[in-house]
Amino acid sequence: MSTATDYLLHLADNALVLGQRNAEWCGHGPILEEDIALSNVSLDLIGQARLLYQLVASLQGGDATEDKLAYFRDTGEFRNYTLLELPHSGPLSGYAHASLDYGTTIVRNFLYSALMALLWEALEKSANADLAAIASKSLKEVRYHLRHSRDWLVRLGDGTDESHARTQAALDHLMPYTQEFWTGSPAEAAAFAAGIGVDLQTLKADWDGIVDGALTEATLKRPLLEGYVSEGKKGLHSEHLGFLLAEMQSLARAHPNGNW
Amino acid sequence: MYTQSFNVPDAPDGKTVPLAPSKEDAALQAAFDTRIDADGRIEPQDWMPEAYRKTLVRQISQHAHSEIVGMLPEGNWISRAPSLKRKAILIAKVQDEGGHGLYLYSAAETLGTSRDQMLEGLHSGRAKYSSIFNYPTLTWADVGVIGWLVDGAAIMNQIPLCRCSYGPYARAMVRVCKEESFHQRQGYEALLVMMTGTEEQKAMVQDAVDRWWWKCLAMFGPPDADSPNSAQGMRWGIKRVSNDDLRQKFVDATVPQAKVLGVTLPDPDLKWNEERQHHDYGRIDWNEFWETVNGNGPCNKERLATRVKAHNDGQWVRDAALAHARKQQSRNMKEAA
Repeated sequence: MSTATDYLLHLADNALVLGQRNAEWCGHGPILEEDIALSNVSLDLIGQARLLYQLVASLQGGDATEDKLAYFRDTGEFRNYTLLELPHSGPLSGYAHASLDYGTTIVRNFLYSALMALLWEALEKSANADLAAIASKSLKEVRYHLRHSRDWLVRLGDGTDESHARTQAALDHLMPYTQEFWTGSPAEAAAFAAGIGVDLQTLKADWDGIVDGALTEATLKRPLLEGYVSEGKKGLHSEHLGFLLAEMQSLARAHPNGNW
Repeated sequence: MYTQSFNVPDAPDGKTVPLAPSKEDAALQAAFDTRIDADGRIEPQDWMPEAYRKTLVRQISQHAHSEIVGMLPEGNWISRAPSLKRKAILIAKVQDEGGHGLYLYSAAETLGTSRDQMLEGLHSGRAKYSSIFNYPTLTWADVGVIGWLVDGAAIMNQIPLCRCSYGPYARAMVRVCKEESFHQRQGYEALLVMMTGTEEQKAMVQDAVDRWWWKCLAMFGPPDADSPNSAQGMRWGIKRVSNDDLRQKFVDATVPQAKVLGVTLPDPDLKWNEERQHHDYGRIDWNEFWETVNGNGPCNKERLATRVKAHNDGQWVRDAALAHARKQQSRNMKEAA
């Protein structure tokens, strides 16, 4: 696989997997307005994933399509951050189930959007003109996602004792997964060397600033970045991605020659 | 996406107290009747008879409930949509239905009933919603068939509502109809594409049509002869076209579409009647319809319990937003002092 496609798949898989997760709220939101808002975020992410997969497919040539990339790769071939595949709940084994927790959803969207607001901005200068164009479009979207999730992070952190406790618990659970943002991968290193990608370390101080500012306003305590460092972007995932993909890919794989 | 409930009363709330009309009311009633007769619009600030207000609150809130309960059967396939394009279309469509719920709750609020009160009616099982959503979506083809037939049936009923005598409802329906019309076309287009695919896909489409056809005909509500509320609704300019006329219009419009699609409609009595210049169709099973309306359909319990769970699980989120807003307000006041 080429330098560009490896990196583009990482970006595409991030968007698809989080889009798939956020769509789980459609019809189940805590209030109708949030149901609609979360669906919108999900639509933006799936739209980004489609553009990125289409770009990968055009680089790969042959019979590659966006849907082959989304539906016919297996768990180990996905390159998304582990953070994005986790269920909307506290820590759980793969086959365990819990109710959707809005605090987890908001904290994750905030942590990821804070990164992508910086990363898409940097990628507007990518040597790959197509990626730069996708970055410009995605940047407009992620700024809304960041505003939405930040506003709710503050509401939930500052709101009631219960919402504060739930949001702090979600933060304690998810924050360690952000260590993966700052540990390099061969795909990122190669993309950076080729002028396509970005050295994420250059974004860390700004990300810390966004996160710390919001957490202070939300009266939440920032957990230490320590413990297990996830490696989803290298293809080593949690138990949860297999279930997510099994569900997502089931119909397409049952009818591999179908027209949709 | 809704139709039949206009003819279906909610369960009684035990609070109805009939009032004797005063002289002043009689003058206001006369002015109201004049405006209705002139095909004018009634606006929230206008005087209106209590029964008109109650009928509208019931109809608009049932319509809103139908939109949000209706998110569930199609939402069932979002995670498994077979292509990214179809996934995006389906999310956008289900989201539109949520948006319709939002405009309709807002329209009903102009009549003096809060969204919380209306939701309480839904969650307690007292308020009805369109019973079409009490059937399961078993395959992906159901998503296309719901767009084509269920939304198609809803549009037939909803277009006349754009001329409803109550202004906020009529205006909400203009936008709802535009979106529903788009939903109907996307559903039909999705099925057309499936019919170019494998034999399994074609069979999936036919199976979905077979399961939904009769339920869609029932969506227009009981035959005119058995619709006691319809005459008053017509008088008030809330209902414009009768159930049977709308049903006939739907059948006549759908038969040629089914032919183009390449599916058969599961009714041996369905045929063109030269004399009537309409299609004749077979007998609808009204027992099944009323069983479903009255809570004994295949998914009534699941749909309601899912709405109640989402609402209850979201309580802490809504509480937090309110608490934060109050704290902000008090901080701002302290700053200003």
